[in-house]
Amino acid sequence: MSEVLRVNPIACDGHGLCAELLPELIHLDEWGYPIVDGRPVPEELLSHARRAVDVCPTLALALARRERVEANR
Amino acid sequence: MSRVAVSEVAPRAELPRLLAAVRADGSPVPLDKHLAVYGSPPVRLGGRLIDLVEASGLTGRGGAGFPTATKLGAVAAAHGRKFVVANGSEGEPLSRKDKALLGCVPHLVLDGAALAATAVGADEVVVAVGQGAARERSALTRAVAERTGRGLDRVRFQVAAAPEGFVVGEETALLSWLSGRAAKPTLVPPRPSERGMRGRPTLVQNVETLAQLALVARYGPEWFRELGTDAEPGSALVTLSGAVSRPGVYEVGLGMPIRDLVEWAGGTTEPVSAYLIGGYFGSWVAAADAERAALLDSQLTPLGASLGARTLFLLPGRVCGVVETARLARYLATESAGQCGPCVHGLDAIAGGLERLARPERVDLARLERWLEQVRGRGACRHPDGAVRLIASALEVFAREVELHAVGRCSGEGRVVLPTGTAS
Repeated sequence: MSEVLRVNPIACDGHGLCAELLPELIHLDEWGYPIVDGRPVPEELLSHARRAVDVCPTLALALARRERVEANR
Repeated sequence: MSRVAVSEVAPRAELPRLLAAVRADGSPVPLDKHLAVYGSPPVRLGGRLIDLVEASGLTGRGGAGFPTATKLGAVAAAHGRKFVVANGSEGEPLSRKDKALLGCVPHLVLDGAALAATAVGADEVVVAVGQGAARERSALTRAVAERTGRGLDRVRFQVAAAPEGFVVGEETALLSWLSGRAAKPTLVPPRPSERGMRGRPTLVQNVETLAQLALVARYGPEWFRELGTDAEPGSALVTLSGAVSRPGVYEVGLGMPIRDLVEWAGGTTEPVSAYLIGGYFGSWVAAADAERAALLDSQLTPLGASLGARTLFLLPGRVCGVVETARLARYLATESAGQCGPCVHGLDAIAGGLERLARPERVDLARLERWLEQVRGRGACRHPDGAVRLIASALEVFAREVELHAVGRCSGEGRVVLPTGTAS
C-alpha cells in the first residue's frame, strides 16, 4: 500500500526539521512551513520519511495511506 | 421513489416558493399563517425523506453545494445520540438571505430542521444565528415557542447566538464553538457526520437548505424540479447588492439570466465594470461576461466563477477593482482563524502586496502570484483557498487596472464600496 506524507496545518509550527531530513519530498515556503506534494513516497525514501515523521516536534507530519488523504479534499 | 410526501394540493411550482408567505413589512410569519400557506409538515415521513431529497437533487445552499441527501444518509447511518445544526450564522458579508429566511419565515426553516432530524434519528436541533442578528434570533425564539405550545414537533429546538466572523461560516468552526471550544475550524476528517457537536454524529445544514427540504418533503421531488435545470434544480435565494436600484434578497429559479435578475431589481444605478459572484470566497467576472451568463454553475464555471454563497455584487465602473480587492484581501487575512501558518503568513503577505499595489506602488507581481500558488490548499479549512481564488480572479479581470497601478496610476475616483466590517 503506497503511503503519502501529510501535514496537519493546525499542528505545524514550521520548525522545518522535516525539510532538513527529507529535502527530496519536502520543501519550505517563504514563511518556513513545509510543502508536500501528494505523490506516494518512493520505497527508497520510506525510512527517511518515517524519521522525519518521528522528529516532528508538534507531531504534525504523518505518513498516511493514500485514500485517506484524498477523502480529505 | 416514494410518493407519500406529495401533498394533494401542491401549490404552484412557480416563484415564490420559500418567500411565498413573506409579509409586506417583513415581520415573522406566524405559525397559523405558515400552515395555511404550506400545509402541515409531513412528520410521519421519517427516513423516507432521504429518498425524496435524493430524487430532488437538492444541494447545500451555504456555498459548498454538497448533495444534501448524502449528508443525511451519512448521519442516518451513524449510531448513538445525534444532533442537527441549522447553520444560519451567515458570516459572508455580502449575504442576507439566511437572515431574511430566519427573520421572515422562521417556521419554514424549523419545519426543515425537524423533518431532517427525524429522518436521521436525532431529537435535538440547534439553530445557530449570528450574535448581531438580534431580530432574527427573537423571531426564531418566538417561533419555537409557538410550535412547542402546539406540540407540533418531536424534536427539541435550541437557538444559539454564534460569534460573528467570516470563518464561523466553516461548519467545523461552528461545531467547535457549539461544543464549548473556540470558534475555529478543525481538520477534516473526521467529518461532522462522524464526529460533530460534542463529538456526536451531527447533520449541519445551511438554513436555506433546510427550508428547501421542508418543501421537498411536502410537495415532492418532481415539484422541486419544475424550476432550474436537470443538473441544478430548484429555486435559490440570491443576495444582490452594489450598483443596483433595489438591492436585496431575491428568490430565483436556477438558470435565470443574470441580466434578467438585475432588471428585476430595477437595473443598474451607474455603469458596472465587474460582478463579484459567490461572495468573498467567490470570483470577479467582467460585467459583459456576467451579463451573458445565467445563474448556473455550468455557465459560471467557464468564467472561472461559481454561485457559491449566491451573492452578486455589481462594482461601479468608476470604483477601482484593485483597491477593492486589496481591501478584501486584508479583510480575509484578518478573518483567518490564525491556526495554520500558510494562511496566517501567506494571506498577510498577499494583502500587504495588494495594498502596496493599490496605493499605487510598484510591486513584484510574479512574487504575488507565487504566494497565491503557495497558499492554495494548505489550510485545515477552505479559508485560504477561497481568498486565493478571489484574488487570482481579480488579477485577471482587473488586469488593465493592475498594469496602470504598476506604473503608479489609478483610474478609480477614490470611492470604496465593498463592506469589510462585521455584518449586522
